[in-house]
Amino acid sequence: MTERIDRIRQAAHRIRHNAIDMAEAQGQGYIGQALGVADLLAVVYTDQLRYRPGDPDWPGRDRFLLSIGHYAIALYAALAEAGVIPAEELPSYGSDGSRLPMSGMASYTPGMEISGGSLGHGLGVAAGMALGLRHQGNSARVVNLLSDGELDEGSTWEAAMVCAHHGLGNVTAVVDVNALQADGPTAGVLRTEPIADKWRAFGWHALRVDGNDIPALVDAFDELHEHRDSPSVLVCDTRIGRGVPLLETREKAHFMRVDEHEWQIARDQLEEGLSR
Amino acid sequence: MTTAATPKKLTTSAMIASFADPGQRTSSAPFGHALSRLAAERPEIVGLSADLAKYTDMHVFREAHPDRFFQVGMAEQAMLAAAAGLAEVGMTPFASTYSVFATRRAYDFLCLDIAEPGLNVNIVGALPGLTTGYGPSHQATEDLAILRGCPNLTIVDPCDAVDIEQAVPALADAPGPTYLRLLRGAVPAVLDEYDYRFELGRAAELRTGRDVVFISTGLMTMRALQAAERLAADHVDVAVLHVPTIKPLDRDAILRAAGTDRLVVTLENHTVIGGLGESVTATLAYAGVGTRVVPIALPDEFLVAGALPTLHDRYGLSTDAIVAKVRTELS
Repeated sequence: MTERIDRIRQAAHRIRHNAIDMAEAQGQGYIGQALGVADLLAVVYTDQLRYRPGDPDWPGRDRFLLSIGHYAIALYAALAEAGVIPAEELPSYGSDGSRLPMSGMASYTPGMEISGGSLGHGLGVAAGMALGLRHQGNSARVVNLLSDGELDEGSTWEAAMVCAHHGLGNVTAVVDVNALQADGPTAGVLRTEPIADKWRAFGWHALRVDGNDIPALVDAFDELHEHRDSPSVLVCDTRIGRGVPLLETREKAHFMRVDEHEWQIARDQLEEGLSR
Repeated sequence: MTTAATPKKLTTSAMIASFADPGQRTSSAPFGHALSRLAAERPEIVGLSADLAKYTDMHVFREAHPDRFFQVGMAEQAMLAAAAGLAEVGMTPFASTYSVFATRRAYDFLCLDIAEPGLNVNIVGALPGLTTGYGPSHQATEDLAILRGCPNLTIVDPCDAVDIEQAVPALADAPGPTYLRLLRGAVPAVLDEYDYRFELGRAAELRTGRDVVFISTGLMTMRALQAAERLAADHVDVAVLHVPTIKPLDRDAILRAAGTDRLVVTLENHTVIGGLGESVTATLAYAGVGTRVVPIALPDEFLVAGALPTLHDRYGLSTDAIVAKVRTELS
């Protein structure tokens, strides 16, 4: 294993740890999704994005837009790993007066670029940022993490057409395909496949990888980085609860319940996974 | 063979129909020209359209500053989200579409992407209230009612070309989001006959009068001034307070205007629910002022299609209708 991959893997492990600690303090939460996207957030924040941890408003930064507000737990965990927010603040997640609300909001948290939560907004905002940055001669990239459920929203496809029409090669969409929505499996709620073909038909450069395979993610992001002729999308198949077998095998739920005594088991399983 | 003397019915006419009276002095596309002039001085000004540049006077800006005009297609949600993104990176967007689409269709984007972060995005809505005969799909009769509840948002309903020209730089200067009810095409010029300057958040007394006070906004101020002239001939002395900013409302000016024994009449190109009339009434009630308010506004119903002059008569917005209403109230 190369040093680069190992560094990302260690970061992903710490992001998972951060997320479990936060979910335990809250007693429940979107821990399944957070564990699922920990690998891709580790790649993005420790290997791909250009940013200054102590200066979250630096104009030259790459913008990472979280349109799925309820994934905030995962992004806080990654922002702590990235040094943008202090790790000591993570246990305040979802508490009164915290800078880390359950649903991500820009005005609360350094490094949170937009307020997510109402789904199907992120890509449109990304399009505007990318148009503006290009107009200003700013080479920063705009990355939008959206979920497969967000592909239900018509506004996502409006924005996809805008990005393609304007040739916004500075936009990268990352679609987390965990195949689960609030009302059940995506296949039963509203069929979104074939996802990569849909993006290609909309004029995007599309790749699809196992979103929990760090070497594959790194290769894919490297390739997308070179591609500046059109917007790019990385479709990532992720597994809810990834890294904690107890949660991976639990009946899939959008909002996962975890009993009090299970948090330590989760942490232990996470450690066992890293040492394997 | 004789021809029956059937009077020709007025027609709905083109979408771009002006509401100017025959022979009235007008100015062409005042919004587009004002925005183009402002953009010549301010490089951060950008314009967006959702396939309605030509119909919202944004085409003037597009021709003057093509590198700062962004077409997003018939996608109002994407337009408002993109406007937010442009503002996030330091540009000052003006995004135009029809009011019905900005408010009914893309409200979630206006509210959460623009108003909640308090971004300097200026939303420009054409065909506010009853300014087209195309029927409910195009008549934004409740846009103020929808938007007044949105925190952070400044709402402007200009009277004429003069108001629009002066409002555009003021809206760009205001740090937060704004919504402008656009009058487009051949827009009457009226307010330059008065000692008037548009000031954001301020109402202006255009005319004094002892018997009646009109508190009006938008194009209804033009009608209010005409009605006041007509009533003067009947020795009814009518004051006109123009309220171009619906939010934040100039409460002091309204309380001063209503704090006399004059008949108070509100006039707006909007449904009687949730617009200027109710704002004024609430202002008075909250201040403990028990003055009765006579609303001149559109009814709480979906309006019919037809020719604008016919519809303005039918729904009580025409000068004749205003004069008749005041006479009835005073008799």
